[in-house]
Order: sequence, then C-alpha cells, then structure tokens
Amino acid sequence: MSDRGYPEAVADEFIVPPTEFTDREGRTVEIRPFEGEEGYEALVEMYDAFDPADRAQGIPPGGEKRIREWLDAILGDDCLNVIAWCGDEVAGHATLVPDGDAYELAIFVHQEYQRAGIGTQLIRGLLGHGQSEGIRKVWLTVERWNRAAVSLYKKIGFETSDAESFELEMGLRLNPDANSGDDSDGRDDADSDANDE
Amino acid sequence: MKVLCGIGGSDDSFRALDRTVERAAVANDDLTIAVVDNEDSSVSPDKVLDRAESAVDEAGIDAEVRRVEGDPGSRLIEIAETEGFEEIVLGGGHTSPMGKITIGSIAEFVLLNAKTSVTLVR
Repeated sequence: MSDRGYPEAVADEFIVPPTEFTDREGRTVEIRPFEGEEGYEALVEMYDAFDPADRAQGIPPGGEKRIREWLDAILGDDCLNVIAWCGDEVAGHATLVPDGDAYELAIFVHQEYQRAGIGTQLIRGLLGHGQSEGIRKVWLTVERWNRAAVSLYKKIGFETSDAESFELEMGLRLNPDANSGDDSDGRDDADSDANDE
Repeated sequence: MKVLCGIGGSDDSFRALDRTVERAAVANDDLTIAVVDNEDSSVSPDKVLDRAESAVDEAGIDAEVRRVEGDPGSRLIEIAETEGFEEIVLGGGHTSPMGKITIGSIAEFVLLNAKTSVTLVR
C-alpha cells in the first residue's frame, strides 16, 4: 500500500491534546490521548450503543464480542488513539493504525454528539497527537455520499488521492519525509517515538 | 445453477474460490472458474490456475478452470452473457488494517454492469 498519493506540502501544525472546549450544545468536551487501559470499557459502551446507520465500510462491527476484538486490534501499542470525553462518557473516538509506511485514519462520533463540532476537534486532536509522535503520512477512505465527512477532511487539509472507487481515498502529510541519504528510514523513527509513551 | 467464479489471486478471491467449489459439490452447480488478470495481485496467473485446479480436484467435482486474459470485469460479463451463466461469484473485498472493507475494482465493475446476480463472498 505504498503507492498511495499524498500532498507535497506538509499540513499545518495541529494542537497536541489534551485540549478542552465547549461544543455547540454547550457541553464541555475534553480530547485526550488513549493511554494504558483507561477508558477502554467506556469506549466499548459507546460502540455498543453506536447507531448501525453510522457504520462505514463494516466498522464499527456490531455486537460486544466483535467490538472488543476490533478495539484490541486498533488500540495496540503501535496505534495512536484519542478520545473525546463528555464527563465520564465517550462522545467520540479517532484512531491511526499503521499500514506500511503510513497510517490509516478513522473517526467515530456517537449519534448523540454529532453536529456539535466535536468531530473537527477530535480529528485535529488525533492529528496533533500523530504529528508530535513523528507520523509522516496519513490516509483514509470515505464513502462518496458522506458529504459532511468529506468536507471535514478537506477543511483539515486532506487531498483526494483516488476517486475511481465507490469510496474516495484521501491523504495528508503530517511531517516531512526523511531526507534521502539519511540512514534511518522514516517509519522506524515514527514507530519508536510512538512506542515511547 | 450455471456459475462463473472469477478469481485474480487476491486473498478474498481465494476465499470465493473455496466457498464456490464447496457449494458446487453440494448443490451440483455447473461451475466454471475464470482466472483473470488482476494487476493488484501479487500471485501470478499460473499459480492461481494451479490453486484453482487443485481446489477442484480436492472437491472431486467436474468444473472447468479457464484462463481469461484482458480487462477482467468486462471479460467476465461478456462470458456470462454469451455462455448463459446465471450467477457471477467474486471475492467480497479487501479488509484494511483498520478493519474497513473496500470492494475491488473488478467487483465494482461487475456489480454495476452484470445482468446476472452477483455474489460477493465474505
């Protein structure tokens, strides 16, 4: 999957979480990186109550058992995750999962917290986290009809890299590539940083 | 039923092969396996042919394994139409590290253009 396209220019600098803001419904929401096991059960609860109509390309899966299996895979040490908290409830979750020399991004906001500006803050928080951990390239796929998501990704700086399938593929450059001639290859740097929490 | 299974060497195409052969043995389908060009596949067409032939042998069914060159989607549809197939079976898509399912370009073309039913094997 190294033939994906990315913008030449590196994205702007994103603010590194934890951050706090008031959403459009007046709720106080905090964006925090997921670390250790804290928040795991609250995350399972959010996905268990997640509206199946908001699933995208098969995720999140349905049923608690499959949700836990999926979370175990995407909350691994080599992945980066941030959670939007409203009190002790999870309002949303965004994740970066390694894929070759890049990371695949996904973001989910629970139906009760949608259309309140949380998604924008959540994705910025995830990208700030990823940027500070040295991640260079991020890609995602999004269903064409999901205009809200597509316009959010464009606003953030993602550019369409493949428009030939049912899903659009988009890419973003978070950090410059390693200088050619440099011994270290980028991915190992990013990984050792990412594991260094 | 007269079934055309198209495979190009991706993981999901082999899943489709195994399931279709299994089903043909039970349902007595008239099965043809078409080994198509898939530029995204790392497995050579010859290896795919071997794999298909051994699946058919193991199941003890009488299915034809055929090499089909050219544009995979349109060739499959052409074969289905000219030879009276009732169903086209294909792999159900690739799963990303994230767990997202993406349908391959061959399946997309066949889904949108086939006159027969299309089965995507998950």
